[in-house]
Amino acid sequence: MAVTGILLVLFLIAHMLGNLKIFSGASSFDHYAHWLREIGVPLLPSAGFLWIQRVGLLTAVLLHIWAATVLALRARAARPVRYAHRKKVRGSYAARTMRWGGVIILLFVIYHILDLTTGTLNPVGDPSRPYANVVADFAPQRWYVTAFYTLAIVALGFHLRHGVFSALRSLGQQTPRGEQRARVVALVFAVVLCAGYLVVPFAVLTGLVS
Amino acid sequence: MNLTLRIWRQSGPQDKGRMVTYQVDDVSPDMSFLEMLDVLNERLILAGEEPVAFDHDCREGICGMCGLMINGDAHGPQRGTTACQLHMRQFSDGDTIDIEPWRARAFPVIKDLVVNRNAFDKIIAAGGYVTAPTGSAPEAHSVPVAKADADAAFESAACIGCGACVAACPNGSGMLFTAAKVTQLSLLPQGQPERYTRVIGMVDAHDEAGFGGCTNAGECTVVCPKGIPLTTIGRLNRDYLTATSRHADTPGT
Repeated sequence: MAVTGILLVLFLIAHMLGNLKIFSGASSFDHYAHWLREIGVPLLPSAGFLWIQRVGLLTAVLLHIWAATVLALRARAARPVRYAHRKKVRGSYAARTMRWGGVIILLFVIYHILDLTTGTLNPVGDPSRPYANVVADFAPQRWYVTAFYTLAIVALGFHLRHGVFSALRSLGQQTPRGEQRARVVALVFAVVLCAGYLVVPFAVLTGLVS
Repeated sequence: MNLTLRIWRQSGPQDKGRMVTYQVDDVSPDMSFLEMLDVLNERLILAGEEPVAFDHDCREGICGMCGLMINGDAHGPQRGTTACQLHMRQFSDGDTIDIEPWRARAFPVIKDLVVNRNAFDKIIAAGGYVTAPTGSAPEAHSVPVAKADADAAFESAACIGCGACVAACPNGSGMLFTAAKVTQLSLLPQGQPERYTRVIGMVDAHDEAGFGGCTNAGECTVVCPKGIPLTTIGRLNRDYLTATSRHADTPGT
């Protein structure tokens, strides 16, 4: 859970930094997207690095889901008779929503790939013009796309808030002061990542990027 | 105080069980929760009914026998308190109180509110001991222990094995108990020889007993009557990682 989660988090950081290139203009953003396909060329074929990354990420996602499913099934089996009166879990909201939040994120990732990688669900859908794809995607009349994107990113934020702390704990974080630090790091990281991802659609929505 | 109690009644392990409503009148706010149940039971006995079975022993909050889910809270609404040390002044006149046993596959109900916590003994038997020579206590200064280690070990050693951590855990995991029993030994010199076989043995016994896996949700530490901190689980995790990645100092591997 922790190791695959960290791999996915590293990708999220790189992906967010890449997204923010949109503020440096259409040609710069398109050039960046094109460069991603050229990493490692001529040692690798065109888009070779991307495919290695895709296989790695897919493996990490599948292992992450597998571990989560094992934990969920074990939890279900561990309490065959439920409580008649059960208080809401008092830990954090983030810890409580890990499983359903994960499902929302998975559905979003599938949509997101169909939208901005393959272009199937995108009004422009031209892989050679990613800037135009993004701008068309978050246009004000397609507000529901922005709404779903926001929902998924907020779910991701909650997922990371508990996930980052939990991963540090699973990997052996063991002192009380370290726990406080780990919680602060998880919260700040989740907020920064949320902001970094949300600033793009809202910039398009408000006309800052067009 | 007049109270309405909804209590889980189950005549034996095979019985399906159900919540039964009882009325208890004239409860003093100075009574403990278990004394209030004693009053109910005396009335049930006088009326020729079967009294409610519940576990208890010292009634001083140190033995770990009593364990009740009170209104969905393990050991009731007061933090850092066992059910026997909970006073009725925590409730108000006219309240309805739901009382259930701990719910976990590893803790099967024996009768009413009594569960079998043998699974904890199996975890202890899998490594919760030291092979130090027994006998009279040694001279305290003969084995130096750093103050911080002694404090952290003592914090874990305060665990009374009541099972509230399992009862409250959304995953039905007994990891706080297991971690407390691992940590109280792994921080002290006496616990070093078996440090890494202990953690593997105890975690395996925990999983075999049918407890769920830990997701660091943190419910356990909130309800723990002894306030065992969640960091204890981090200490267990670190020992477990070391134990599974290093075999050189484990005899026979």
